[in-house]
Amino acid sequence: MSTFVLLTITGLGLGALYFLIASGLSLIYGLMGVLNFAHGAFLTVGAYAMWFTESKLNGVAVLPRFLLGSLVALVVGALFAALVELVLIRPLYRRHIEQVLVTVGLGLATTALVVSIWGNDARSVPAPTWLGETTTVLGAHIPNDRWLLIAAALVVLGGLEAFLRRTRYGLIIRAGVENRAMVTALGIDVRRAFTLVFAIGGVAAALAGVLSNVYFSTVDPARGTSLLIFAFIVVVIGGLGSLRGTAAAAIVVGLVQQYANYYASTGLGDLSVVLLLGLVLLARPRGLSGSFA
Amino acid sequence: MTALLSVSDLHVYLGESHILQGVDFEVADGGVTAILGRNGVGKTTTLRALMGLAERSGSVVYDGSEIAATPTHRIVRRGVGYVPEDRDVFAGLTVEENLRLAERDEEPRYDLVHDLFPELKQRAKQPAGTLSGGQQQMVAIARALLNDNRLLLVDEPTKGLAPLLVAEVARVLERVAELTTVVLVEQNLGVVQRVARHAVVIDTGRVVHAGPARDLLADQALVHRLLGVG
Repeated sequence: MSTFVLLTITGLGLGALYFLIASGLSLIYGLMGVLNFAHGAFLTVGAYAMWFTESKLNGVAVLPRFLLGSLVALVVGALFAALVELVLIRPLYRRHIEQVLVTVGLGLATTALVVSIWGNDARSVPAPTWLGETTTVLGAHIPNDRWLLIAAALVVLGGLEAFLRRTRYGLIIRAGVENRAMVTALGIDVRRAFTLVFAIGGVAAALAGVLSNVYFSTVDPARGTSLLIFAFIVVVIGGLGSLRGTAAAAIVVGLVQQYANYYASTGLGDLSVVLLLGLVLLARPRGLSGSFA
Repeated sequence: MTALLSVSDLHVYLGESHILQGVDFEVADGGVTAILGRNGVGKTTTLRALMGLAERSGSVVYDGSEIAATPTHRIVRRGVGYVPEDRDVFAGLTVEENLRLAERDEEPRYDLVHDLFPELKQRAKQPAGTLSGGQQQMVAIARALLNDNRLLLVDEPTKGLAPLLVAEVARVLERVAELTTVVLVEQNLGVVQRVARHAVVIDTGRVVHAGPARDLLADQALVHRLLGVG
């Protein structure tokens, strides 16, 4: 029983991490039709911004270093993503092949740049002591960082839902996901919403970068690329453009991965996720939720 | 005639197809100008080109300024409202949210909208995707009426509606025409006869007739030749 509980909470934590990356991907595709292969770079930039800030604050206590590093990561993630939208994506709207090429290239270039500056090796990331401890639930010793991951994903999901439902920009984004041309025909400059959605996606991905540093206790250049693959699977299973579908899919993928790795065989987790993707697409080609939020 | 809108040599290509092949016409300030023609001759494309929703070349002078290169949202902010052919309401948004999204003026004209369409007030919280075709048309027209526009481009507002609703839409258009200039694409000649002052007929991407709507509709032979009906 305790093993099952541990696997479940760990699976939910992993799903939370996937959701943080996938939520931005999903919103960006839903509103703009852009398949952003550079989204992993947002995570990498956030993860390294956090580690770099922490490493420059050696004399400071761990908790304030962690919090300040995280804050810098979120700001850098937002600015980087907004810059990418303004400089690289905006001139290429409706040119999907070029968008794919540019975002793939940016993802590769970001990883190469990080490797050239800080090397290929993983760097250890200090985190507050509590995150390295465990909490006992039904006999299972749950690492506390899992709770942080789940809480962060819930806050982001709640925040995004509130933003989408209660603000004018949220209204514009929800309408834009349905019919972008009609939004402009109501006198709205939808390009501002594009930049905002990229910045939001950048913040969420950078937060995923910060939390992945905690989850793995290290930062490494390939993190963004490896997690991006699962984020894309989550987005496709959830239904492109659907925030709630993305959340549901992230939970399912995280749990399936954990259960398969333990109950079947180590390493089968990744394969089982790909099989799950195939099954969902056969049964529901538009994903769990074909519509937006 | 004082022209609010002056269109000359308007061309639109959709892929390899040359849809508009040099459209020229003027729209007088006030009243309804109907754009008529058989199916597929370029009426909807003309409105989309005027709105900047289709890539176009040529000249479009609105209220004394050239807008052929102006982006859609700026054209709208200069006082041009648009009611698209297929309503294009945001199905996942409520009626209230559809209207709120269209607000541009400091004081949106909800009194006018609710006066014309009292049903929308009762259905404010209902998702627009669950409305009937007629109710969706009300939302589409209401969005355009919410702001004090100088020009409304209305594309086939009676398409697919029951006869009772067609009469209702015609009544609304008459009322709207008292407030603003309307360019109306319409297949229902009864509605055109009731509301339009001027008529422009398009055939294969060009204007083949322009003049008073009453004169055109009174000439059955001309109507038959240009529109294939009557």
